[in-house]
Formats: sequence, C-alpha cells, structure tokens
Amino acid sequence: MEHADASPSSSGGPILLEARDLAKHFPLRTGGVFRRHTGSVQAVDGVSFELRQGETLGVVGESGCGKSTLAKLLMRLEEPTRGEARFKGQNIYDLSGKAMRALRRNIQIVFQDPYSSLDPRMTVGDIVGEPFDIHPEVEPRGSRRRRVQELLDVVGLNPEHINRYPHQFSGGQRQRIGIARGLALRPEVIICDEPVSALDVSVQAQVMNLLASLQDEFGLSYIFIAHDLSVVRHISDRVAVMYLGKIVETGTDEQIYERPAHPYTQALLSAVPVPDPAVRGQRQEIILAGDPPSPADPPSGCRFRTRCWKATDTCAEEEPLFVSRPGTDHDTACHYAAVRDDVVVHRD
Amino acid sequence: MSTTTDPSSAPHAPAAGDSPLLEVDGLHVEFRTRDGVSHAVNGVSYHVEQGETLAVLGESGSGKSVTAQAIMGIVDSPPGFVTNGAVRFRGKDLLTLPERERQAIRGQSIAMIFQDALSALNPVFPVGWQIAEMFRVHHGSSRSDARKRAIELMDRVHIPAARDRVRDYPHQFSGGMRQRIMIAMAIALDPAVLIADEPTTALDVTVQAQIMKLLRELQQDSGMGLILITHDLGVVADVADRIAVMYAGRIVEQAPVDRIYATPAHPYTRGLLRSVPRVDLKGQDLSAIAGLPPALTNIPPGCEFHPRCPAAEQLCREDRPPLITVNPGRSSACHFSAEVLNGTR
Ligand SMILES: Nc1ncnc2c1ncn2[C@@H]1O[C@H](COP(=O)(O)OP(=O)(O)OP(=O)(O)O)[C@@H](O)[C@H]1O
Ligand code: SF4
Ligand SMILES: [Mg+2]
Repeated sequence: MEHADASPSSSGGPILLEARDLAKHFPLRTGGVFRRHTGSVQAVDGVSFELRQGETLGVVGESGCGKSTLAKLLMRLEEPTRGEARFKGQNIYDLSGKAMRALRRNIQIVFQDPYSSLDPRMTVGDIVGEPFDIHPEVEPRGSRRRRVQELLDVVGLNPEHINRYPHQFSGGQRQRIGIARGLALRPEVIICDEPVSALDVSVQAQVMNLLASLQDEFGLSYIFIAHDLSVVRHISDRVAVMYLGKIVETGTDEQIYERPAHPYTQALLSAVPVPDPAVRGQRQEIILAGDPPSPADPPSGCRFRTRCWKATDTCAEEEPLFVSRPGTDHDTACHYAAVRDDVVVHRD
Repeated sequence: MSTTTDPSSAPHAPAAGDSPLLEVDGLHVEFRTRDGVSHAVNGVSYHVEQGETLAVLGESGSGKSVTAQAIMGIVDSPPGFVTNGAVRFRGKDLLTLPERERQAIRGQSIAMIFQDALSALNPVFPVGWQIAEMFRVHHGSSRSDARKRAIELMDRVHIPAARDRVRDYPHQFSGGMRQRIMIAMAIALDPAVLIADEPTTALDVTVQAQIMKLLRELQQDSGMGLILITHDLGVVADVADRIAVMYAGRIVEQAPVDRIYATPAHPYTRGLLRSVPRVDLKGQDLSAIAGLPPALTNIPPGCEFHPRCPAAEQLCREDRPPLITVNPGRSSACHFSAEVLNGTR
C-alpha cells in the first residue's frame, strides 16, 4: 500500500510503476535422459520499488545480480514466480488482450549492446518502424516513414540515413537507433538496460545527454540499469542497489552515494576508482574477498554475509528486514546497517 | 649494440647511454584490407622504466592494442604490417634482432595479459598444466617440478585452494579467477615488462579492485615495468605514474598523471576528462566531445582531431602538429598546446 515517501527531494509525480515482492526463479535441471528438477536459480527474489512519473530510478549491481531478469519481468517478457508489478495500479501479470497490448506500448526497453541488439539485415527504417507493425493503430501506414524520420531526427541521426544498415553506424549511433525505436510508440516508461556500457566515454556522454533531454521533452520515466556507478548517479533521482537477486539498499542519489549504509554498497562505492589522481589513496578501499556466490545456491540469512566483514551468526540465521534503521535515513537490508562516509571521496 | 635514443623523439628518455627498459619509437602499423589501408598506428613513441606504470589511454580503435601487439610480435599479418619504427628492449631493437634472440626476449622478458582471459586460455587443458608448461618449455623443468611451481604461482596470485584446483579447467573458474590464472602465466618467467591490455574491463568493479591490487602487489615485489592499456580514466588516476593518450593511431599527449588531470595540454585529453560524469555537475549536460573518431582508412589531413576540436583553426586543417615537449616531462601534439595548457584556449 501507499507509504510515506521519506524523500521529498525526489520528483513528486504519481506512482507509475510499482513492484511488490517480485521474484523469478528459473528451474535448474540436470542433464541426461531423465532431466530432473534439481533446484532453481533465484535470479530475482523479492524485489520491491516504485517509479514515479518523470523520475529515473537507477539500478546498480554486479553481473549476475538479476538486473536484466528484473528488466524482463517489468517488460513481461518473463512471468514472475511470485509477486506483482503494477502499472498505473494494474497488475501487469493479470492483463490480457487489449490491456496487455496497451501495456506493451507503454513500457519499452533499450538494450545494452548496440552491436548485437539490432538485426543486421534490416534497414534503420525497418528497425525503428518495426513497433508500428505490431501496433499499427499508433501510426497509420501512410505516415510511418515520415514518423520514423522524425524519430531519427529526435535522437540526433540524419533522417536521410533511413535506408542504411546497422553496420554502417558507429556504436553510439546504433545506440541512438535503439533509443529511437524505444520512443516509437510514445511510451511512458523506458527501461534502459546498460544503455551506455558498450560506448566510449566521449560518446557515452552524448547518449546520456540525449536520454536526459528526451526525458524533459516527453516526461518519460526511466529505469536505468547499469554497473557504472558514476553514470547512474548522474542520471538518477533514486537508486536501488542489487545483490544476488535482492535489493539491499535504496535511497536518493545523495543517500546512496554520500551516506551508504549497507556494507555491500560501501564496498561497491569504495571499489570505484575516482578519476582524479589528487585524491589517490584518500578513500577507504574495501577489497571484498572472493566472487559473488551462485544464485542457484544463495547463502542462508543475509546473502551478502559470505563476503561481509561485519557478518555474525545472526546474519547466517536471519534474513535482515529491508527497513530504515536507527542512525540511517533510508532502507537497507542489513542487521548492522550504519552510515559510512569514508568510502567516497570527490574530485577536488 | 645499444643505440642511444634521439632525445627529440623520446622526450622523457633518461640520460644518454642509459636506454629505457622498453621503448616504442616512431612505430607505424597498417592493415591492408579490402576497404583500403587502415592506418592503425601512425608514429607512436612511448617508453616504460623499471618499476614504473605507464597507462596508455584512448578510445576504442585508437591503436592501443595494435601497438602492444607490435611489441609482442603478434600483429595479425597479413593484413597487418609494421611499416616503420623500432621497439627497443634495453636498447635492442626487437624488429631487427635475429629471430632467436627476439624470441627469447619476447618469451621471457616481456609478457602480456588480455581483456578476455577465457579465450586466451586453452579450454582443453587444466590451468595448472598450462602454467606448468611455461616452466617446462622455457626452463626445461621436470613435470613434477613444473607442477609444484604452478601451484606456488597460483598461490601467489591468490587463487584459493590452489593445490586442489590445479587440475581444474578454465571454464570451472570465475572471470576474476581466470584473469588471475592468466596473470600467473604472464609472471611465471619473471618478466621485466608486463603489458596488461584492458585486464579488468570485462570484470565487475569489486573484482576489478582485487585484480588491480594484485597487479600493484606483484609490481612492487618484482619491480617490473607495467604498461596498462585502458580507457578507464578512474583506473588510470588510481595507478599510473605516467599517461600516454592515444587518438587515431597517434600519441597526442604524454605526461605524469597528476599534471595531466589538473591541466591537460591537448583539447582531446581535456574533452575526455570533461565528459566523465561528476557529482557537482549533476543535472547538467555532460560535455561530450562532438562527432566520432575518424575512419583509419581516411584520417583527415592536418590535425587528426580537428573535425571534433572546439579549438581548431585553419592551421589545424592543414598542418599535422608534431608531438613536442611543452614543459619538462610533458609533450602534446597540438598547435596550441601552450594556450590549452594555461587555459586561455
Ligand atoms: N586483424 C586486423 N585486421 C584489420 N584491422 C585491424 C586488425 N586488428 C586491428 N585492426 C584495426 O586497427 C585499429 C586499431 O585497433 P586497436 O585494437 O589497436 O584499438 P584499441 O585502441 O585497442 O581499441 P579498443 O579500446 O577497442 O580495444 C582499428 O581500426 C582496428 O579495426
Ligand atoms: S592542433 Fe588544432 S585541431 Fe588539433 S587539437 Fe590542437 S587546436 Fe585542436
Ligand atoms: Mg584494445
């Protein structure tokens, strides 16, 4: 249900998309003739958040933490194992027919890899216009070409290049093609799954600026999934940190980046090198031991405990609640959450 | 024969007679393809000293890897050809040395690790065997001795339970552990120079921190010179002593790390530094560099950066600016280096 928003600074639009205890477990089978069900990979396991209109929610976490599965769940490309996701109050997993089609129009996705996510045999015009084949009601046939050219123009591509093929474009330009396609059906929410990760820093900046200006122009809401913490901070109003299928901390960008309270968030932030040699050696570096455990066999209690320097027996026995604890001002899933500000330093 | 380096081509070379540990001098590499000649490396010069970390920074396609491949003698040829320049190890030019001597140096004294550890390791042999192979081939060690040293090395790069894992295959390790295995193979023969080509780009940030710490540790122990190829301005700021910035197959700026971040002397370096998101500029547009790097089959005349450069003038469209010393220890290839450096342009 509606609960008080502790962060008045974030944009005050109505809630557009809301996930409650969303989970996706993939069955794990052994090979051989008798393919037996031997367990499951808990790719996403109990994720809750809300996204307001015009807002950007950043989602950070390392590979395999469930970010892309979450994106697929929100697109309903996967059905959840449990939980729900409400778009404008309606559980998207209950929708069918017309209502489902409307939902598909309203939530779009932009993928990470500008190289493999575009069909090499299709022209740019076909790629950007393809959503109209599925939703012909959005744009009458006769005006499609013009609309596609408009879209190319919006994302800063030359509308005359409509008949070119993806390989004739650079990585940054291909990402723009993906964005133009994402905009075609005039969605309200765009899920960006690592939209700039494959790009060089100077081109990354171009695409980030484009996403920001499109948001202003069309009042879009973004779920911005990325592993680059500084990129996420730049664009996000609020940030959710994921570890092994769960959100371990959420807050405004300041709460997460200036006052992180979950040990994993602290370790993550401390691991990011600051692009300024003047502050070399100033941040407290937390070097985590080992790799994240497998989501097929997550640790009991707190999933981070096997790499956490604060872990006690309690952490192995009890899963920490996702709440705000004394001395912190935002939600974390850690028994011993405590703000730490020595892991982040700023460029002079 | 050790030749002294021309001080004008290697502005930071140490005193005459004392050759740098490894030096690339005026290197040119081209790829002759169906679409024309791709000028991947166009006169690159840099050097690294013992115990020093040189970061080679640049965007995709700028020629960082091809330069390293030329040092290692592994340029894909054809279509790739080294057409000019020298690669000197302790003063000896590897490109003109007799094959045997050259192979000895490249096999033992200069080692390289790659971004993608999985494809660099052989999938059908146990990792311990692959590490041990280094000792068998180069030192003629016995099977059991080589295996013992492989385990020692796996310990040294902090692979947990090395003794139990020595028989495991590459796919049984995580990305971070595979990178450690590759590092173990690279340092097996105690090289004087290690070239690390994007060693952490494919890894998560917490694992990247582990690997960078390991490299730092190994370098401190052994005093090897490290050439770190990367496009990550954060990693460079954290570990490098000096930087060479590459653009379209050339070094456009070279300087000690602290100075380049504070006051870049080339508009491209400045553009790169400014395009990184920073906290105090949240909510504002990032200052992107307009446009794209040139196609290497068709590098523009004059300064290769001029079509994207906010400081460009007519001169830049006509004359290619050489890499010249702007003040001791620093060089830049821009007609207006001095003004860029003091902030008036
Ligand atoms: N085998 C090859 N055949 C043809 N061209 C090649 C070959 N190898 C490299 N090149 C070209 O040489 C140029 C420089 O490539 P290089 O790999 O050195 O760039 P880089 O700076 O390492 O980039 P990245 O950051 O993407 O690794 C590129 O245009 C590349 O396409
Ligand atoms: S030489 Fe001219 S075009 Fe090139 S970087 Fe300098 S000012 Fe820019
Ligand atoms: Mg490379």
